[in-house]
Amino acid sequence: MRILLIDDSKTMRNIQRSILTQMGHTEIEEACDGLDALSKVGGFKPDLLLVDWNMPNMDGLSFVKEYRGQGNKSPIIMVTTEAEKSRVIEAIKAGVNNYVVKPFTPDVLSQRIEETLARTAAA
Amino acid sequence: MDETIIAPFIKTTHHLFATMLQLEVRVGQPAQKEADAPSYDVSGIISIAGDVVGSIVLSFREETATRVVSLFTGSEVNELNDDLCDAIGELVNMVAGGAKAQLQGKNCSISTPSVIIGSNHVVHTGGDVVCVSIPCDCDCGEFAIELAVKTADAPAASAA
Repeated sequence: MRILLIDDSKTMRNIQRSILTQMGHTEIEEACDGLDALSKVGGFKPDLLLVDWNMPNMDGLSFVKEYRGQGNKSPIIMVTTEAEKSRVIEAIKAGVNNYVVKPFTPDVLSQRIEETLARTAAA
Repeated sequence: MDETIIAPFIKTTHHLFATMLQLEVRVGQPAQKEADAPSYDVSGIISIAGDVVGSIVLSFREETATRVVSLFTGSEVNELNDDLCDAIGELVNMVAGGAKAQLQGKNCSISTPSVIIGSNHVVHTGGDVVCVSIPCDCDCGEFAIELAVKTADAPAASAA
């Protein structure tokens, strides 16, 4: 299972990596914004993506639209401070599969990852 | 400053510290901060635009910042370096983002954070917005939430 973490905060990427490692995931790649992520998805071919919303150069929503526009189907979890219902709807419409609002506990992030992967496997 | 604007920032700070740091925050009485008054040693800053405009600052004493970031990152941080700045930026990002979502009926967006380090630094927030400082304390030490925000249709406030 290859997982791509996209967040401009190294601290947040480290926290997410730590949670994923505890879940048993080891193939983890990181990107610091949407543009960086687009340059990595072709080679890394992620099976799951965790994407922040507010980032410099290219924000998470623009990345999701671009990634989906290229025909990529891997599940995406938006992990963001953007908590308004209108934002969540906007993200889902763009192709996001699940949503985690920061701040989060390790349990919440783990649960959302597991349910997203389970849903994808069942589809 | 309107209480309905201040309250979401306090609530979000409580939630952030409880969720990601397992820390209780004790909040003091908000007070107007003079324009040339210095902040603490490390300040994370985010701008907000839209129906509410201005800036949000989370300012820490150096010792508080290193202790908070050590808890946040899960590794010992003893100096004011890039990693500490990144973590402080993420903390103010979560405070601003969480509070923004609670500003009922307001459509706003926030910037990516900036971080200033240095004792006695002054964060200039613009002449027409009163800055309110909310003193906070936790088991890692003292810090403050500094809000220089107003609704976009509010008249310019006097700093006097």
